[in-house]
Amino acid sequence: MTLMLIARRFGFLFVVIWAASTITFFIPRLSSVNPVRERFAELARMGGYSPDDLEKIVASFSKQFGLDRPLWDQYIDYLYSVVRLDFGYSLNRYPVTVVELIYQSLPWTIGLLLVSTIISFVIGNLLGAVAAWPRAPRWARNFSTPFVLFMGVPPVLMGVLLLFFVGFRLKLLPLGGAYSIGLVPEVSWSFALDLFRHQILPALALILGSIGSWVLTMRGMGITIQGEDYVNFAEHKGLRGRRIFRDYYLRNALLPQVTGFALALGTVVTSAIIVEGLFALPGVGTVLINAIRANDFPVIYGIVLFITIAIATIMTLMEFLYPILDPRIKNS
Amino acid sequence: MTLALAPSPIKSPSRLHRFFRYLSRNKSLGFGLFILLALVAFTVIGLMVIDPNDAYPLSAPTRRPPSWEFPFGTDFFGRDMLAVMVVGMWQTAFIGVVAGGVGTFIGVVLGFISAYFGGITDAVIRITCQILTPIPVLLIQVVVAGSLDKRDVTIFIMALIVVMLAWMAPTLVIRSQVLTMKERQFVSVAKLSGVSDMGIIFKEILPNLMPFVAAAFVGQIFLAVFASFYLAVLGLGPLREPLLGNIIWLAQAQGAFFNGWWWWPIAPSVGMILILGSLALINMGLDELSNPRVRKSE
Repeated sequence: MTLMLIARRFGFLFVVIWAASTITFFIPRLSSVNPVRERFAELARMGGYSPDDLEKIVASFSKQFGLDRPLWDQYIDYLYSVVRLDFGYSLNRYPVTVVELIYQSLPWTIGLLLVSTIISFVIGNLLGAVAAWPRAPRWARNFSTPFVLFMGVPPVLMGVLLLFFVGFRLKLLPLGGAYSIGLVPEVSWSFALDLFRHQILPALALILGSIGSWVLTMRGMGITIQGEDYVNFAEHKGLRGRRIFRDYYLRNALLPQVTGFALALGTVVTSAIIVEGLFALPGVGTVLINAIRANDFPVIYGIVLFITIAIATIMTLMEFLYPILDPRIKNS
Repeated sequence: MTLALAPSPIKSPSRLHRFFRYLSRNKSLGFGLFILLALVAFTVIGLMVIDPNDAYPLSAPTRRPPSWEFPFGTDFFGRDMLAVMVVGMWQTAFIGVVAGGVGTFIGVVLGFISAYFGGITDAVIRITCQILTPIPVLLIQVVVAGSLDKRDVTIFIMALIVVMLAWMAPTLVIRSQVLTMKERQFVSVAKLSGVSDMGIIFKEILPNLMPFVAAAFVGQIFLAVFASFYLAVLGLGPLREPLLGNIIWLAQAQGAFFNGWWWWPIAPSVGMILILGSLALINMGLDELSNPRVRKSE
């Protein structure tokens, strides 16, 4: 029975990945733009121009990328290469493959995402739980209101405001980049400190932009849970407030938040990518923005597909986490 | 001896009065509507006062900080930022209303078809929605916008790109609401009285569904504005138009903060924060209106 469920989940994951690859395969081919021609026409504008040679180059590149073959063959090939996680070559930096570009930039993105998401999840849920907890002091309950007001603000706009106030006006933190210009990457305390200083503002932008939704959903969840019998029972048993808050109230209210986390993953990752672009960190986001600017189509499609596959996979894996977190699911 | 008491008419407060009294209780709805109205006033008055051509390059001296002549300054390409804000707000509103309206409409139609008729249609619509939901919509929109010739992208096409993959959420919401409503007694009574399918849908179910449709509409406008903003910040918008996201993208590409032109990205950012913030507040307020269980404990 459980095996059946696992198989079904992975089957669903497979279908999602197939749908995403099909969309990223067909949409570009529906449009009238030929990426190879676009790219070389741009080069031709900058350098010399000879129409015959341009056609020859386009033809030979089309052959190498397999663009002259029937659509159906291309599609089968494409699906096969997606399975192998091979997204082809970058047009702009030709011999480099898309996967190499992603692997170079991915650690930056994962680092930023992991730290900021964990911080905002923990702080947001604590603030939300306190906001709904009737025994908490008044100031603690109202403390979260400003964060809720920030809820509609995308992290990238938070980033612009932070850049203005902290980076530009107060000159406390750098305006962008991964480390100061002129510094050579090395393993030392001073370099680590410099690296850290450059990560504060992007992380803060992501945290401030996402904390409000955690506060709001957690507060709603907290209000529901207070009416539950087991919380009343714990109170009548004479347990101390802190114990009830931590073991009876917070733990149960947190469970649906994990589901919410899985659902929010897509938005969180997209926001992180755009914030990276704003701060010019060397992550996936900057690679994507540069690719868009340079008409480097294989890189754009490769990154989109890679992120989609990653998110769908993580969401599937998180579903297996629930039975561990909540024993009630395992029994039913 | 009897005292004849003339039945004094109970004065019921007027609709407007009751509306304002409700707003004073539902603070997020009131506050959100207030900001939105202020923005609409800014845009409408602005469109009457300024020349929209000033929002395009080479219409003003370049890189002027805010002054009496140019209240929001001018940018690197010679746009008057005040005109940019007015025209950009108008374009943002256009994208939001068009994309939000079309998305909600598709959602309502599909949700109704799916829930009311059931069977294989329901299965196809439901499974399609479920498969598309985990795919980050914004990234697919990046693919769509990226495949278009950049010279072809207009404000209207931008709205279409946004709506293309944003109808799943309203479909699922409306579907689940119709499913619960279908089982209510008043629908059964109507059915037994011989009301046709269309009659039940339009006269019985749809009026009861209006709060959810309104909430879905505001939610879709929020998502559409959000998505078009993200696409523009990535450099995928109509590059010539003074869309607020475009301006931030340009400012960032020219290193506005490094060069000290702080007013250039700040004005569109604050404008966008106000738009999205007011929509989020209205959304929260409508949630409270249509679902009283969410109401605050105090």
